[in-house]
Amino acid sequence: MKFVKYGSIVLITFVIIAGLAIPLSSSPQSWFQFPVIPALEQKARNIFFHVPVAWTTVVAFLVSLFYGYRYLRTRDITYDIKSVSSAGLGLMFCVLATITGALWAKFNWGSFWNWDPRETSIFILLLIYGAYFALRSALESEEKRATLSAVYSIVAGITVPFFIFVMPRIMAGLHPGAKGDPEGAGPVVQFDMTPNMLVVFLLSLLGFTLLYVWLLNIRVRMAKLEYERSIQHS
Amino acid sequence: MSALSSTYALIRKDIQSELRTRYALNALLMFVVTTVATILFALRSDQPTPTVLSGMYWVVIFFTAMSGLSRIFVSEEERGTTMTLQLVASPSVVYFGKLLFNVVLTLSLTVAVTLLYMIVFSTSFTIQTPSIFIVTVLLGSLGFASAATIIAAIVAKANTRGTLYPVLSFPVLIVLLMTVMAATAKALDGEPFEAALGDFQILLGYILAMTGGSYLLFDYVWKD
Amino acid sequence: MIDASVTVAGIAKVFSRRAIFRGISFSLKGGDSLAITGRNGSGKSTLVKILCGVLTPTEGTVQYTLAGRNVPIDVAKDQLGLVSPYLQLYDEFSGLENLELLSRIRSNNFPIDERATDALNLVGLWDRRKDMVRTYSSGMKQRLKYAFALLHRPAVLILDEPTSNLDAEGVDVVKRVVEAQKSSGIVIVATNDALEARWCAEELHLGDQPQTAMKR
Repeated sequence: MKFVKYGSIVLITFVIIAGLAIPLSSSPQSWFQFPVIPALEQKARNIFFHVPVAWTTVVAFLVSLFYGYRYLRTRDITYDIKSVSSAGLGLMFCVLATITGALWAKFNWGSFWNWDPRETSIFILLLIYGAYFALRSALESEEKRATLSAVYSIVAGITVPFFIFVMPRIMAGLHPGAKGDPEGAGPVVQFDMTPNMLVVFLLSLLGFTLLYVWLLNIRVRMAKLEYERSIQHS
Repeated sequence: MSALSSTYALIRKDIQSELRTRYALNALLMFVVTTVATILFALRSDQPTPTVLSGMYWVVIFFTAMSGLSRIFVSEEERGTTMTLQLVASPSVVYFGKLLFNVVLTLSLTVAVTLLYMIVFSTSFTIQTPSIFIVTVLLGSLGFASAATIIAAIVAKANTRGTLYPVLSFPVLIVLLMTVMAATAKALDGEPFEAALGDFQILLGYILAMTGGSYLLFDYVWKD
Repeated sequence: MIDASVTVAGIAKVFSRRAIFRGISFSLKGGDSLAITGRNGSGKSTLVKILCGVLTPTEGTVQYTLAGRNVPIDVAKDQLGLVSPYLQLYDEFSGLENLELLSRIRSNNFPIDERATDALNLVGLWDRRKDMVRTYSSGMKQRLKYAFALLHRPAVLILDEPTSNLDAEGVDVVKRVVEAQKSSGIVIVATNDALEARWCAEELHLGDQPQTAMKR
């Protein structure tokens, strides 16, 4: 866990510095220069923050789903604790992804929200998280709460591949990588990143993932302690 | 096979019950009429484009379905007949029985709304490619029903039933909604059948994934 | 005597971290009768639900056998008859229609008309068979539940609060039903009435200790 903690601090700090400070040049010569991507230029730096955060929220959702599934198989309440802790983090990262995405949209395409498939996807994920917690608050029995929220997250999870992968292919959109993108540059699909950009990007991905793991660890430990305490009191 | 006849008997029971009490039918009919009337007032004499029309068509269906489809399980729960059903039918019989009843309900709803639209928006609601429209409505209803059924089962076990159902259904149904709206717009625009094939693939995939997943998960929801 | 048995081993049920009961075990075969007793809230109805396969226990197993072979609970349900305050019938249908449609959903393969006639006559509802259940009194609804429970001649009859809402005549019918069932299968009665508990040969009292059935 120490590796996770320090790793994430080091990586994210590095990414913040490198991502923001390394200058752009039209024909990058040294390691210390990023290429200029047509139509994006300085705004391309967002890729170091927006994409990893969006990636993390999806990871958090999948982890929550996995633990929900484990609960259904074993009826062990600790799995439900892990599932809801991950979902809480996923919600936070999702809000961050939406905000960073909206900022990018404003600077790139002029308005904060356009309903392009990727934007819609993150919005749907936000709604799923909201629905998940709404469902949990409507169920009093601990067992029912764990069971039904696990089932719902799996049902919602079934639709996730559709709106993340399938729809952007079919419907034209503003995001790089969608059908109709004139430059053909897609951050997640294919991206003309030079090796140094790729390194920073991957490090950011790793850094945010480690951050998520660290936060999850803290939340689960805290939730378990609260659970133990409430058992003793009842 | 006895499972088939059980399922059929359950659907018959639900249909007979609905015809006798008309709880859902009345509510749905009133909902459709008032929503379409409101749209008419909003538009005045403006004629909507095919995109807007197809969007509105599915908005009416979506909201009407939201108000009605949750009943299939909530009504059993409210009247205390859940246990009775648990005793006489296996979970798969209950799942498919309720699912098919929802399909019937949704299809009837789409027929009603289509007829209404043809009357009310006679000039602009011209379906130029009927083949696309029919397939879209069929697949759309199946998709709606498959998602609605499992979520209705979940909501029936919760305390605050009314508002929870749309909150849970909407995120799951958005993909479906966007796809059917796009396909319906193509039908109204007169595009060739092949243009909608991509949409149909998505719809078919959605139906299979949702029905299969719900079937596997239903046991956990139905049995306490 | 129908060849059936039910074996319950180490059943426990926990709701929100509180155990309603633990360590319930007993075994019954054709001809046995068990009374489940205990004060209100001791978990009698919960145990009944677990026996019917409607509720899953937190620990332990319920195993039914038919004709000497183990059967899963979904199959065993076809040999279960239940009367319980938690069980309701459809009040937009008539008494007779309820029996018919539930029988069809259960996929029973006996002629429903004959059986329904017998059952309705047994519980004294023949005259009101075509009236909507909505119009029944609570006593009549209870009687209809008996008709429903006995329709398929189950090997195991489970009665939760058997005489609630019944008049003296109804109670007589129940006594006769229990006696008849004892000679053909298994009877389980959950009640906090001492007189009713005496209908059965064994008694399981739900309290605080590990539970096994005690013979009288």
